[in-house]
Amino acid sequence: MSDVVKFRFDVDGSDFSSAGAASVTVKKKLRQLGYSPDVIRRVSIAMYEGEINMVIHANGGIAEVEASDDKIVIVLADKGPGIPDVELAMQAGYSTAKDHIRNLGFGAGMGLPNMIKYTDDLRIDTVVGEGTTITMTVLI
Amino acid sequence: MKVEALQGLLSARVLCGKADGEFEGVYIGDLLSRAMSRVEAGCAWVTIMANINVVAVANLTEPALIILAEDVTMQADVLAAAEENGITVMTSPMSAYEICCAISKMAGE
Ligand SMILES: Nc1ncnc2c1ncn2[C@@H]1O[C@H](COP(=O)(O)OP(=O)(O)O)[C@@H](O)[C@H]1O
Ligand SMILES: [Mg+2]
Repeated sequence: MSDVVKFRFDVDGSDFSSAGAASVTVKKKLRQLGYSPDVIRRVSIAMYEGEINMVIHANGGIAEVEASDDKIVIVLADKGPGIPDVELAMQAGYSTAKDHIRNLGFGAGMGLPNMIKYTDDLRIDTVVGEGTTITMTVLI
Repeated sequence: MKVEALQGLLSARVLCGKADGEFEGVYIGDLLSRAMSRVEAGCAWVTIMANINVVAVANLTEPALIILAEDVTMQADVLAAAEENGITVMTSPMSAYEICCAISKMAGE
């Protein structure tokens, strides 16, 4: 694998029922490309959390994945409300999700902690009122 | 451990997929971010959450089966998605605790 394989998805922020679809597709593609189960698991967990966050907190966005032979880079960009206090948002269990979101099983406040735990690098660029871009790297 | 043997012990009904496989280990929980990082491939995931998002998490984590406790069922569209993705789902009248006691007993035999 010397080429870089790229994927791009529009993540629909109005449809909770399709939340996670981009992550599921990426997982299938990475398997076809022959990445190890461990790498696929880490990418799946991190991307799913980021994708769900775009749906439940930011009204959707764009997910881009670049897979090469030494790393997989996931970029999740939204035009949502931004994150006012990133340090607070990173704390395990912290969530601003409303009850109707929690009733669906989301809002455990473990998304960002999982994204840190399962990736080798996580960068959050966020501006309140403008949006959030999360860039995650999983090394092969 | 055999899924089929478990089905009998739990008086469970298969809602979709096949009960002829094997499973190893259990995770109990309804919060999807927790499940996402804790459900291991090939395990039994015991939950009372039965919405479409459970199917996405199962797609990513690949448990051998989902066991819905307390007679919880899945709506037809959710079952169709699970079926399409080859996920085995069964429902049992037992509580999550009782289900795990039964699995623990089975593991000891
Ligand atoms: N893309 C985003 N846009 C705006 N806020 C976000 C975004 N992602 C995360 N947040 C904020 O960070 C908090 C913590 O996120 P996370 O750890 O994933 O927990 P949860 O999604 O369960 O609330 C969220 O409750 C939300 O306030
Ligand atoms: Mg989250």
